[in-house]
Amino acid sequence: MSKRSDMTATKNWSGQTMVTADHMLFEAPRTKHFMTGSEVLKEAVKRCTVDASVSYPITPQSEAAHLIGELWAEGYVGMYFRGENEFGVMSEVAGCAMSGSRTITTTSGPGTLRAMENFPQWSGTRIPCQLILMARGINSPLTIQPDNLEVTFMLETGCMIWYAENVQELFDMSIAAFIVAEKPDVHVPIVTVVDGFFVSHTRESVMLPNDDIALLPYEPYKSPLPPIDSETPPGRFLRDPFVMKSNYISYATHASWQWEVRSAVERSRPYAEHFLKGLLHESGDVDAEIAFITCGTASHQAKEGQRELAKLGIKSKVIKLRTIRPFPTKELIKSLEGVKHAWVPEFNVVGWLEKEVKTALYGKSDTNIIGGPRVAGGMSLPAEAIIQEVMEVLNPGKGA
Amino acid sequence: MAIDIYKINPEFRDIMPQEIIDLEENATWAEKMDKPRGIKELPETKELLEEHSLCAGCPEAAALRYVLSALPTPEDTIIVNSTGCTSLMFPHIALHTVHSLFGNQNAVASGIKRSLTWRFPDRIKDVVVLAGDGATVDIGLDYTLQSFFRQEKITTICFDNEVYANTGGQESGMTPKGQVFKMAPTGKKFEKVKMWELATTSGCHYSINMTASAPKAVAKAVREAILIAREIGPTYLNIYTPCILEIGLSANEGLGEMKDQDKDRFASYKYISPEAEAHLKKCKEEGLL
Repeated sequence: MSKRSDMTATKNWSGQTMVTADHMLFEAPRTKHFMTGSEVLKEAVKRCTVDASVSYPITPQSEAAHLIGELWAEGYVGMYFRGENEFGVMSEVAGCAMSGSRTITTTSGPGTLRAMENFPQWSGTRIPCQLILMARGINSPLTIQPDNLEVTFMLETGCMIWYAENVQELFDMSIAAFIVAEKPDVHVPIVTVVDGFFVSHTRESVMLPNDDIALLPYEPYKSPLPPIDSETPPGRFLRDPFVMKSNYISYATHASWQWEVRSAVERSRPYAEHFLKGLLHESGDVDAEIAFITCGTASHQAKEGQRELAKLGIKSKVIKLRTIRPFPTKELIKSLEGVKHAWVPEFNVVGWLEKEVKTALYGKSDTNIIGGPRVAGGMSLPAEAIIQEVMEVLNPGKGA
Repeated sequence: MAIDIYKINPEFRDIMPQEIIDLEENATWAEKMDKPRGIKELPETKELLEEHSLCAGCPEAAALRYVLSALPTPEDTIIVNSTGCTSLMFPHIALHTVHSLFGNQNAVASGIKRSLTWRFPDRIKDVVVLAGDGATVDIGLDYTLQSFFRQEKITTICFDNEVYANTGGQESGMTPKGQVFKMAPTGKKFEKVKMWELATTSGCHYSINMTASAPKAVAKAVREAILIAREIGPTYLNIYTPCILEIGLSANEGLGEMKDQDKDRFASYKYISPEAEAHLKKCKEEGLL
């Protein structure tokens, strides 16, 4: 175990040299490794000078939460324990973060919904904690398969939501996530999503910087709200009974507070653009009239579909959304210029990304947005299914 | 930093409300005291509670004043609250307080205590949970007990008014059997939960059931509970603060009700573990009690 007081001006408590996120993500030399999403998250947390983590072995579980526990035992993470259930864990995370600790936890599927009341509370208290959501669907029936239905419930919690496609993106995003969430003009929680099992349990090659460097620590006194540590005067937020009185002021205060949380998410755009190199990424033929709008693993499958379509002489491109909150509306409109048809392949039954896309584009784009193909409950999304959808529109009645 | 945060910038002194100036000049901060804080100073000094927004004569308001007067080091104390009548008073307290959700108070407090222990290894930061019986024993029971199991070094104070008062008088787990309340139109069907006994068997090193009829007794219990929590482990106080409104008493009858119950449902219960007892003895020798 480490002591926080072991930290010096240049070294953190575990002896790692502290560096900026820019150095960590863009400048530090990297070497090739081969690991799962859970294992790569451990490597990311190891390099983030994390104060605190609280865990729960949710089913469907990933190894991520207990691997972070190993980091605590090894002295990289300051404080760690197992909570009683996801509602408790997210409340314990809130306690850690509001008292000034850089804090991370993970969950998935049903656990996300059990903890749900906490997420708007997190954003309402402006804590910059990070949740790694390894999406695994929602009961009933019982499922432990990859499915990202739970993301739809997270959309209006006031948290930032980023979506990683693969193991490499999970590593880079989860490091950048702390830095963006902790910006004083942002300072809201961040949910970094990956499709569970496909990313959490699948081994891929990944390029990592050395583990003798780590991020500079979180500075709680740059927070827009005083950390709960008795080191700053109790804020008016704490002392004004604005929520408690049924008068005009309480309505206005509550409403403006909620707007401010959403504005803070919007203010994260330039930072996300910098660290993610754009809120969306395009691949395939730039001048294609066919596009796939995706996030997560669906992007990987859509890229395969794009390559197969190219063999048939059909140009297409994949527009991968890297942030869902904030939603990259402006960037998406630009990417869809000249596109006649765009499909939104998804790993859930409700088509939450299709709804998001259509809401964002309504009245602003002439592209025909087509929901699907859509799979759920753990089904895979073969490129053939994507190609079939495309061909049924291009060659009606003739199929692929 | 502690008490320094209550010192007013001279540039702003002329625009500060009197109660803020009083906090700097005339509150019983531990750092200024040459003896343990207590209720004796209440009439002469600035209290940490500035007015309150509860019903006239509410015993809960009195009990909170006793609790605040007895905190060993208020300038380094964080109080975690939950939803209910108590949450109406929290914005009036001149300390760092947290209202998070209904029932998660012991989970939030666990995170805060551990985080502050990590961030300030050489300082004592007391974390006290103060919530009603609905929050502590019904909706939050899991989190209350789990914090005891985990041996979190926090003090949990339940203001037990035996009813969901803030929502208009519904039965709670702490309501006595047979009592007619909303949601119990024919009377409550099961016994009052003996939370103080659950606290003992769940790992608390100090558990007390009492009323708030005797201010000195409340203050003593609060001080002992916090000193034990600092060093040994979780402590629990169950304090009867009747909802005079819901049981049909006048504003001046709360004290009498508490005195009556001193001999009945709240007849004194006290558990102290051997380690806690030894620690209190040491505290006494050091002048902390």
